[in-house]
Amino acid sequence: MAEATLPRPDPVPAPSRSRFADPGSDNDGDSGGGGGAGRWLLRFDKAERIVHWVNAVLFGVMLVTAGILYLPPLSAAVGRRQLVVTIHVYAGLLLPFPLLVGIAGRTWGRRLRADLRRLNRWIPEDRVWFRRRGWRPERVTGLKQGKFNAGQKLNAAFTGGAILVMLATGSIMHWYKPWPLSWRTGATFVHDWIAIALFFTITGHMLFAFSDRESLDSMLRGPISRKWAKQRAPRWLAEETATPKPD
Amino acid sequence: MGTSEPLAAASAGTPIGRRVVLGMLGLGAVGIVAGGRVQDALNRFLQPIEAADPTGLSQLIPAAGGFRIYSITGSLPFERPSDYTLTIDGMVQNRLTLSLADLKSLPATSLVKDFQCVTGWRVPMVHWTGVQLSALLDQAGVLAGGNALTFDSFDGAYTESLTISQARRPDVLVAYEMLGAPVTRQHGGPVRMYVAPMYGYKSCKWLSRITVVNKVVPGYWENLGYDVDGWVGKSNGRSDAPTA
Repeated sequence: MAEATLPRPDPVPAPSRSRFADPGSDNDGDSGGGGGAGRWLLRFDKAERIVHWVNAVLFGVMLVTAGILYLPPLSAAVGRRQLVVTIHVYAGLLLPFPLLVGIAGRTWGRRLRADLRRLNRWIPEDRVWFRRRGWRPERVTGLKQGKFNAGQKLNAAFTGGAILVMLATGSIMHWYKPWPLSWRTGATFVHDWIAIALFFTITGHMLFAFSDRESLDSMLRGPISRKWAKQRAPRWLAEETATPKPD
Repeated sequence: MGTSEPLAAASAGTPIGRRVVLGMLGLGAVGIVAGGRVQDALNRFLQPIEAADPTGLSQLIPAAGGFRIYSITGSLPFERPSDYTLTIDGMVQNRLTLSLADLKSLPATSLVKDFQCVTGWRVPMVHWTGVQLSALLDQAGVLAGGNALTFDSFDGAYTESLTISQARRPDVLVAYEMLGAPVTRQHGGPVRMYVAPMYGYKSCKWLSRITVVNKVVPGYWENLGYDVDGWVGKSNGRSDAPTA
């Protein structure tokens, strides 16, 4: 296992190669390719960014309304229980759709599907990331990570699972008539604790995003510098560089 | 053409993400089936802590005891105790308008009973003081054909209902004290209903008016699907221990 941790020299990216030459589903050529051809890689295309930000808004609505329903001082300050419940329930029912629509498109879903595949697959370096507690980037300098680090992979898997479990438990809570009481109590129990976990994982996700402005910027605009990729995602950089240019 | 992803590179490795998702689905299913028991155990463990916690922070923990404040309008309704009046009208001989002082001059009844919400939380051993509703009905004189009551809240929106025979139970109070002190604004003060044997939504907060009518008119939450006869443990598909 330890062998995998040894930093290896990175393949030198061909300086003239730019992913932005690619006229794929997105329209980002102007946002970074033009001047410094080869200095930028497309990290997230337009479809991925839209899915991300629609999800972000929905999660925000879910957390705010959850707080109003759940914390007595907020409940008392806002009131309007039925309205808040309705907003919470419908935002929750919408939550799976951005991702489903995002991956459904033959063309526009291509990069999102590839990234989900990357998030799903764990490589030996991911174990090293956890062992070195890689959430501080300087501890994993030189580690040949892929496009996503192990923390991002775990967060993605947890959030994906949480969406499904919250959908199921929330539905039992809201349409409670067919279910035995013990299931309703159990569903409430699961829903409450996962909500608390999500509060912390989403807060953590945002703190990490703000601590790496370049990474955050790529979720807003799409491209990221080769320099960043070389430091944080060298395996991805190698993948991108090694890809034969499609015609 | 298109972003042909290096499929081989992206597919290398172990599909742990999928396993995490499937594992969460499995745990979630176990939690739905068995979580009720865990929750009950947590309740028993947390209730003494919550009762002794002056900060209220323990209310952030799911399943900890204590009241949750549900209201259906924008801000919490407010009425000065000195301005407060309760009207009893409809199919009665004498329409009554009672101030808080009027209510307090009538024979008081105190009860110590659990408060059970239909959403699952329960607060044990709550101290209530007020006037038995049956005494007020006797004073107003219910006319023949007056079979039910409608309760109105001064929040302007909430309504509730009881049959006359339910309302005449000795453990149905027009309450002005709760938890050993005047009913607070959050809990529906200055005056609220306390219908001991039924779920919390039957106990109208911020009570302003009781109207005797000829048949039950379903109240606010009842129009949204909750049972009109909200007996604790025998309605809404729940099996909680009775509170009365």
